[in-house]
Amino acid sequence: MSEIGQYIFNGLMLGMIYAMVAVGFTLFFGVLDVIKFSHGDTLMVGAFAGLTASIAMTAAGITSPLLQLLGVVLFAVGLTGALGAVIAKFLILPLHKAPPLNTLLATLMLGTVIREAVRLFYPDGSNPKPFPALLPTSSLELGSLSLRVDNLILLAGGLAAIAGVHFLITRTKLGMAIRAVAQDGETARLMGINFEAVVLFTFALGSGLAALAGVMNGLYYNEVNFNVGLLLGVIGFAAAILGGLGNMYGAIIGGFLFATLQVLGSALLPALIPDIPSAYKDVFAFAAVIIFMAWKPTGLIAEKSSERV
Amino acid sequence: MLSRKTVSAGSALLAGAALSLLSVPALAKDVVKIAFIAPLTGGVSNMGLGGRNSADLAVRLRNEDPKAKYTYQLVTQDDECKPNVGVQVATKVAADKSIVAGVTHYCSAVAMATVSVYNRFGMPAIVWGAVLPDVTYANNFKEVHRVNGTMINQNEVAAKFMTGLGYKKWAIIHDTTDYGKGHNKFFSDYLKKSGGTILGTFGVTADQQDFTTELTKIRELKPDVIYFGGLTPLGVRIRTQMEKLGIKAQLQGTSGIKSDAYISGAGKELAEGTLSFIEGAPWEKLSGGLFFTGKYTQQKYSEPAEAYGPFAFAAANLIMDAVEKVGPDRKKVIEVLNKTKDADTIIGKVTFDDHRQNIVPLISKYVVENGTWVVWEDSSYGKGKRKLAGL
Repeated sequence: MSEIGQYIFNGLMLGMIYAMVAVGFTLFFGVLDVIKFSHGDTLMVGAFAGLTASIAMTAAGITSPLLQLLGVVLFAVGLTGALGAVIAKFLILPLHKAPPLNTLLATLMLGTVIREAVRLFYPDGSNPKPFPALLPTSSLELGSLSLRVDNLILLAGGLAAIAGVHFLITRTKLGMAIRAVAQDGETARLMGINFEAVVLFTFALGSGLAALAGVMNGLYYNEVNFNVGLLLGVIGFAAAILGGLGNMYGAIIGGFLFATLQVLGSALLPALIPDIPSAYKDVFAFAAVIIFMAWKPTGLIAEKSSERV
Repeated sequence: MLSRKTVSAGSALLAGAALSLLSVPALAKDVVKIAFIAPLTGGVSNMGLGGRNSADLAVRLRNEDPKAKYTYQLVTQDDECKPNVGVQVATKVAADKSIVAGVTHYCSAVAMATVSVYNRFGMPAIVWGAVLPDVTYANNFKEVHRVNGTMINQNEVAAKFMTGLGYKKWAIIHDTTDYGKGHNKFFSDYLKKSGGTILGTFGVTADQQDFTTELTKIRELKPDVIYFGGLTPLGVRIRTQMEKLGIKAQLQGTSGIKSDAYISGAGKELAEGTLSFIEGAPWEKLSGGLFFTGKYTQQKYSEPAEAYGPFAFAAANLIMDAVEKVGPDRKKVIEVLNKTKDADTIIGKVTFDDHRQNIVPLISKYVVENGTWVVWEDSSYGKGKRKLAGL
């Protein structure tokens, strides 16, 4: 029983990180109908920004974990949010009138540029870096199920971030502007909404969320490397597609669904078929996504143009 | 008439020529190039850099020796621990006729992929760190030698030693490359012979990040020991995630995690008590080993030599000895190396068998104590002052 509890908890942790990446994909697709393939690498930049902030603060003599955590999150989200806006301004908006394939290719290449730049220019960037453990490490024992306090905090933090973004989009004036742009950019402009500002803000928002996911990923595994965004980007994109691209709830469900598939793949597969090691979990999860897409090409929650974002 | 400018330019030229004449040493030796290939970037680069520094040290010491007939130059290449990159750089090196021989590869998968390259180009190579038996035994390439032992020996000793301590039940995690699979195969075989039980075997990908599902399963199986057949980056992740899931079992690694990077990655507290096994005598105890560490410290390299540095040092020296004997001729160097018998090196006597594999009789056992790898017999654990997990 505790085993199942542990699997569920592990799945929730992974699902939360995937959902945060998927929400970014969905936001970008919602407002501009673009697929930004460098999103995973944006996440990696966030993780490295957080690491840099932590190292700088340690060097400056600030060792309180709480202050460090605050600094890490603020710096990572701030820097990466700005990066997202810059990418939108100078790469995605200029390509807006071009065929969608161009944006897709350009951002795919941008991802490689970002990844290699960190690898080459971050000191010793080719090697995995230990990420500081800034959260309390005690654990709660519920029967034979052991829950680590740091993981619970991460889970709560992720939930709060997603809920915050959701609140912003559905309940605030800014969110209304985003939704208006998502529904019809031209009409939104006619209504006096600053189209470019809204787009830039949306990209900053999605990238900031990715940075937070990157920091969470670092705190969870106590390690970051330049390659981390590659797989997370693909998984986040798959999750967004699973849920129905352009729909925020869909992205969240997709993220958790993908994590479930992975956990099932690594826990059940070896139990059912003894010769298949758990290394096949990604093969299993992605194969399931392919089958699912053949069955429901629109994703779980089919996009209606009026319900975008 | 010469202008002042031309005159001064001319005299500068003359002075330059005179200086360059002066800088030529009295006895010009021919330069002989030796290649060194290892992962210099990526997760196991610490091993590669330690090896490179050690080979570099061998070359420097030889160049300081006035009796040496040649000046040696080390050409280093990065194989990134990736077979495709390894084949590229191996081909580049082997195709360059000015390079006489190579000290090659830490990663078994890369060593396996490149042996045929060295064979095709006829370049002698001495493997200094890869432990997969197939590197020397699957083919019969006259070019390929190996100074370090294979994983067969270390797993035999590991299985006997661990059952001897009183452990009964194992869970095995291994990466699904040839390297990890080999470790799994040999350890499982010897463990069964020694009377241990394997509760579960888990194959994982070589760059896997998340081990929580595998470890959750293992936690339910309640093994005494988790055996890990793979390299340092995964070893670090497994150790930290074991802690996060509250698994108290003993972690037993292979030569693949005997690195300072394992300890710094997992942290001193978590690394404490981790075991590893490595072929060769504990070189800290050989007089040659002390000589090596002394010289290594003098050069102030920014990275430690790591577990396989002494093997790279010995391999480079074997090559230079052969070149001193027969000159920089690949074919002749191969002949000399093939016949190596009881050669004195810092890792002990080196003798190549019919597959040019060094016969290493001894395996050393290491345990992490207070943030360093300590030879088992010298450790508080070996002396009974501290206890491993579950004993």
